[in-house]
Amino acid sequence: MLTLSHFLVFGAVLFAISVVGIFLNRKNLIVLLMAIELMLLAVNTNFVAFSHYLGDIHGQIFVFFILTVAAAESAIGLAILVVLFRNRRTIHVDDLDQLKG
Amino acid sequence: MEFQTVVFYLFGAIAVAAALGVIVVRNPVHAALFLVLAFFSSAAIWLLLEAEFLAIALVLVYVGAVMVLFLFVVMMLDINVDRLREGFWSNLPLGLLVAAVLVVEMVLVLTGDFFRKWPAPAPLPADASNTADIGRVLYTVYAYPFEIAALVLLVAMVAAVSLTLRKRKDVRHLDPAEQVKVKASERLRVISMPAEKE
Repeated sequence: MLTLSHFLVFGAVLFAISVVGIFLNRKNLIVLLMAIELMLLAVNTNFVAFSHYLGDIHGQIFVFFILTVAAAESAIGLAILVVLFRNRRTIHVDDLDQLKG
Repeated sequence: MEFQTVVFYLFGAIAVAAALGVIVVRNPVHAALFLVLAFFSSAAIWLLLEAEFLAIALVLVYVGAVMVLFLFVVMMLDINVDRLREGFWSNLPLGLLVAAVLVVEMVLVLTGDFFRKWPAPAPLPADASNTADIGRVLYTVYAYPFEIAALVLLVAMVAAVSLTLRKRKDVRHLDPAEQVKVKASERLRVISMPAEKE
């Protein structure tokens, strides 16, 4: 018998994996973006699970908006990555030190 | 075991394995493909939760558009994978520690009686339509947020195009409009001068 716990734990595991991904791939901007997408997927799974078990459709509307914002975010992020690569010929994090921060 | 439980564990295991693949494989193209697999399996789990519209939207929008964009960019960039993997193993212990604490905490909270004994929702009638339900709410209660979401997408589209658009300055090219509009007076000058004497 599936319970709400199953789905919430599934979301938590996905979220933890993407946190590890951000730790491991600190130098790799592309995989960082993918880990963020994975995090959003985990959060969305929680929203859908609660929407189902509470019998409330509004949770699914939230997922819809999160999907919209995530698509916009990854489109702009990848565009910035392309411009960065065109100007500096690298996307290595250590080379992006123009601001001297 | 119930059929739904089997489906949940099957797709859950595939999704978790694919998520692990995303973060550990060397090749970013493989990482993107593992992410596609993770999205697909999660869409199956959303189907178990009777969120049919969102499951299909996840596959169409994410796998169909966003991940193709990812693959396109990854293949377009010339990446030195070895440099990007610097510090991979030295960060592993801390990352594993944080993740383990996170998972243990969440499991302790989420497997408590409060969530485990949450009453299962009543089964939907045979003619229930998830898409119609979402549409009914989305176009009434959430009409303004829906339009803002459309605006966000428009701004993202304009931003992505304007960021990556470039004019090349080192290429000589003809402008046909300029050529057509040219007048005789701009090309030919008639001057009067006294006749030359021998």
